[in-house]
Amino acid sequence: MIPLSWLIALSAILFVIGVVGVLVRRNAIVIFMSIELMLNAANLAFVAFARHMNSLDGQIFVFFVMTVAAAEVAIGLAIIVNVFRLRETILVDEINLLKG
Amino acid sequence: MVPILFLGFAGLLIATALMVVLHKNPVTSALFLVLAFVSLAGIYLLLHAEFLGMVQILVYAGAIMVLFLFVIMYLNLQHDVERGLAIAVRRGIGWALGALLLLAGGTLLSRGWALGPVQPPVADPAGGNAAAIGQTLYSKYLFPFEITSILLLVAMVGAIVIAKGHSAAPPDSKEGA
Repeated sequence: MIPLSWLIALSAILFVIGVVGVLVRRNAIVIFMSIELMLNAANLAFVAFARHMNSLDGQIFVFFVMTVAAAEVAIGLAIIVNVFRLRETILVDEINLLKG
Repeated sequence: MVPILFLGFAGLLIATALMVVLHKNPVTSALFLVLAFVSLAGIYLLLHAEFLGMVQILVYAGAIMVLFLFVIMYLNLQHDVERGLAIAVRRGIGWALGALLLLAGGTLLSRGWALGPVQPPVADPAGGNAAAIGQTLYSKYLFPFEITSILLLVAMVGAIVIAKGHSAAPPDSKEGA
C-alpha cells in the first residue's frame, strides 16, 4: 500500500507546478492548462484521503470536480476565442480591455 | 510492486507537468498534459479508484484536451516569444514564489498532523468500484448530481453564446455576416 504522505507530497508538488505555470507564462491557454494541473492536484489529494479513510465520498467529490473543470474549460476557451477575435493576441499582459 | 509502479507514475507525472509549464510551443504543452493526465489515471488505478481512472482518461485526456488542441489550432498560435528583462524578472519572481509555496507546504505537512487511523481495508465489492460509486452517487449524492446537470447546461449555453461573437443581426437582414 502506498503511504499517504507520498501521495500528499506528490499532490503538493503538482499544485506548485500549476501555480508556477500561472505565474510565469503569458499565453492564456497555457495558463488554463496550469489551472487544470492544480485541479488535478486537488483531485489526487481527494482520492488519497478517500483511500486512507476507506470511504467513497472523496471519489464522488473528484467526480464533481471533474464536471466543474469541464464546464470551466468550455467557458474559458470560448472567452479566449472571443478575445483573440477582438485583439489578435492571447498574451495576458497585452489584454487590457478593462483598463480605463 | 505497487510502490515501484507508483514511483514510476509519479516521476512521469512530475516530469510531464514541468514540461507543460516549460515548453515554448502550446501544442507540445497540451500533448504533455495528456501524458500527465494518463499517468495520474495510473495512480488512481493503483489507489483502487478504477472508475475515476477511466473517467480521468475519458474526460480529461479525451474530451478536455481535444477542446484545448482544437482551440490552439483554431487560433493558429506561434511559439511564445519570451525575451526582455521584464519577462525574465517576472519569471524569476514566479519561480521564487512557487519555491516559497512548496517550502511553506512542506513545513506544514512535516509537522505532526492528526489523522484518523487507517481503516482496515475491506474486500473490493463484487460489482467493482463503479457499482459502489453509482450506488453512492444516486442515493446519498443525488441532489448534487442533479445540480451538476444544471451546471453543465449553463456551461453549454454560455459557451455557445460567448463564442458566437457579434453576429447579432436580425435573421432577415442581408448585412449580418
